[in-house]
Amino acid sequence: MSETIKFTIDGKECQGTKGQLLVDAAADNGVYIPVLCHMRDLIPAGSCRICTVKVNGRNMAACTTPAEEGMAVENNTPEFLDIRKAIVEMLFVEGNHFCPACEKSGNCDLQALGYKYQMMVPRFPYAFERREIDATTPKIFLERNRCIFCKRCVRVIKDEEGRNIFAFKGRGNTLEINIDRKLAATMTDEIAQKAMDICPVGCILKKEIGFVNPIGQRKYDTMPIGSDIENNHQ
Amino acid sequence: MSKPIIATTSLAGCFGCHMAILDIDARILQLIDLVEFNKSPIDDIKTFTKECDIGIIEGGCCNSENIHVLKEFRKHCKILISLGECAIMGGLPALRNGIPVKECLEEAYLNGPTVGRNTERILPNDEELPMILDKVYPCHEIVKIDYYLPGCPPKADLIWAAVVALVTGDELNIPYELVKFD
Repeated sequence: MSETIKFTIDGKECQGTKGQLLVDAAADNGVYIPVLCHMRDLIPAGSCRICTVKVNGRNMAACTTPAEEGMAVENNTPEFLDIRKAIVEMLFVEGNHFCPACEKSGNCDLQALGYKYQMMVPRFPYAFERREIDATTPKIFLERNRCIFCKRCVRVIKDEEGRNIFAFKGRGNTLEINIDRKLAATMTDEIAQKAMDICPVGCILKKEIGFVNPIGQRKYDTMPIGSDIENNHQ
Repeated sequence: MSKPIIATTSLAGCFGCHMAILDIDARILQLIDLVEFNKSPIDDIKTFTKECDIGIIEGGCCNSENIHVLKEFRKHCKILISLGECAIMGGLPALRNGIPVKECLEEAYLNGPTVGRNTERILPNDEELPMILDKVYPCHEIVKIDYYLPGCPPKADLIWAAVVALVTGDELNIPYELVKFD
């Protein structure tokens, strides 16, 4: 039987099970820790660092850190609000995020975090790198300008035999997301939709359904990201 | 006390942000009570005739004339506001960033499918034309910008709230719905 543990986040007493990832345990207690690469029940990647919190005085990624008895976690402190804002800003300048022209606008987690942390302008200079788009597969646009290298698609989207449809190529500043054209040709509409839905930005787009939700009815038009978690436990 | 003076301009923008200013509708009558306009497409004053308090910039910088105008605004305005995505991050004109200028010009004037009869294969080179820059620059990478109002275009309620707060000195409380990047 799993062992129940107690810990605190910003002084709020929380309960979880031993070994449960901090970010999930926090969500179960109605505390939102922002994520971009993390998905519950998936092996953590720890790549985006937006979930950085302070645990007993040390900065840790809440998506890779297991909850332990007696942990004192700092989450919504001014220090961490600024660190997260800086991470969002870095992601915005690193890629080419033209929100006005993006099909994912309004449903985009990165953009929603920009709203949450009131990003008016990034503090870093824009990189404006040239990245190629891959539109060769029947169901998916791969818009690399917007990829934030969260690796969700690589970890989640498989074909019927469990083979990866998406993969990383290169290292460092040549790293890019790629799609296996043969396997992509076998993708069903459901899998293509799932790939688009799990992409936290507008990198993976399902063809032929652009701008399906009008402005005002999109996911983050009126509800800040994370408010579902926070409202569930009031 | 005299009224605060506002100047506005559209650099590499589409005038959508200026249309959004006009979206304040009947509040434009209140605006006239609050402020005076100087150089702006709204009153068609082409050069600064007074020192201004607030300069509102639409669009980023894509050519030498944009840079000149932006620097003039910095010189003559106490406070500069970047209005909209193009001023803040280059916006849609910045889609050409990352592509060499030569490639862009050749596509536009020589090789593109909609190019008409350019039999002499001339790229625009009249000395009266402003020089096109290597890329489109956000305004704050050229001069210091004091405030930013995002949106494509920014919502009229956001522009109104920001300008009124700036003029009256009241605190600005922006509802979540008003700040959007699209």
